[in-house]
Amino acid sequence: MRNIVAFPLLLVAVILQSSIVSQVKLISGHADLPLLMLGAWALQKRVKSAWLWAALACAMLAFISHMPWIVVVIGYFAVVYIAQTLQRRVWQAPMLAMFTVTFVGTIFLHLLSFLVLLALGTPFLFGDVIGLITLPSLLLNMLFSIPIYTFMRDLARWVYPSEEYE
Amino acid sequence: MNSRSLQTTIIFLVIGGILALALGGFFGSASRQFSSVLVEIQTWFSSRYLGAQDFFTAPRDIVSLRARNDELEAQVSQLQAQVIELQQRVNETDILAALVAFSRTNPESTYKAAAVIGRDPSPFLHYVIINRGSNDDIRRGMPVVTNQGLVGRVDSVIADAARVQLITDPASAINVYLQNAETDAVLFGSVTGDVSLNMISQDVSVEPGDLILTSGLGGGYPSDLIIGQVVTLRSLEFELFQQATVQPAVDFTRLEIVLVITNFRAVDITPLVP
Repeated sequence: MRNIVAFPLLLVAVILQSSIVSQVKLISGHADLPLLMLGAWALQKRVKSAWLWAALACAMLAFISHMPWIVVVIGYFAVVYIAQTLQRRVWQAPMLAMFTVTFVGTIFLHLLSFLVLLALGTPFLFGDVIGLITLPSLLLNMLFSIPIYTFMRDLARWVYPSEEYE
Repeated sequence: MNSRSLQTTIIFLVIGGILALALGGFFGSASRQFSSVLVEIQTWFSSRYLGAQDFFTAPRDIVSLRARNDELEAQVSQLQAQVIELQQRVNETDILAALVAFSRTNPESTYKAAAVIGRDPSPFLHYVIINRGSNDDIRRGMPVVTNQGLVGRVDSVIADAARVQLITDPASAINVYLQNAETDAVLFGSVTGDVSLNMISQDVSVEPGDLILTSGLGGGYPSDLIIGQVVTLRSLEFELFQQATVQPAVDFTRLEIVLVITNFRAVDITPLVP
């Protein structure tokens, strides 16, 4: 029952991503709200539903985006995997873990998108993609990661009350 | 007559005498001084009373003023919101008026207006989502325009929404016609949102400012839709074709309302491609 919160939250995140965040551009890049939320959620202690959240986010994004669904699925599940691995190993520095998840997740998702779109025949120049999309997106993701981590941490404490959470 | 009644009579006579003298104006200066002292005392008491009254009633006034101020501030905020909303409506009306004028000048096509409600979440792709779908007879492949020019074409449709591939999308390739040079070329999008022309024959003279229209070749778009103008030309002798950068007629960062050309059916020539 606790995971019901994922539906409205991810829905709002995807809507915000499509209507607002994707228009707040730095050069040609923009932040990835669902990626940050998934990463931050998976980093929370005792959160076991991160895979479910990832599946839900993938379903929503694959529905509205023209990006091949395999990119979204592999990319977002990889973000959750990285986050959970880091959560177990660097649990004492959660912000550092969040920055690492954001950095690695963004690079991985963009690299995957680039390779799959290139394989499908879209003409891309690697230099353009790195300089105009990936690095600006990375910077924006890093900036947004702090408030989103805080929000998701508070949400996790609300969903899993203190006696169960601590 | 006893002594008590004598005293009473004397007192009455004295008082009556004094009153008579006062009424006769004999005590004028004395009564003025007396009354001025009274007035001063009255003024002193009155001013102190008013001061005390202000002291006790002032906080109530501040509270009521604050409440009034809050009320007025709320009213100002409401009016500002109304002004913004009305400005938005004026902008929408301007856009719609321009679109109506465009549709009247191009009566050969039938149009369906749609609002842009979102963009593709991926920064690699240039797609927008519009609020019209198959319920409004929108079909895949229909061209999308504004009064300024070509926007793109419908890529996929659900009941109440559709996704439109912009001409700036990296995967977009459109057969175009350069009006002044009277030659065909192909327009490509890019990751940055810039569009460029390629496949311009080397023996054709193209000048900056030349108008670019859809040629209709390939059946993907109707002919003669405005796309933009040539900005710069790159012509190298060792290359097979000339290339040009293009300024699109449509401002893709400010897409709000678009027109879908509903009486155009794209031709799928994929089976004919060897």
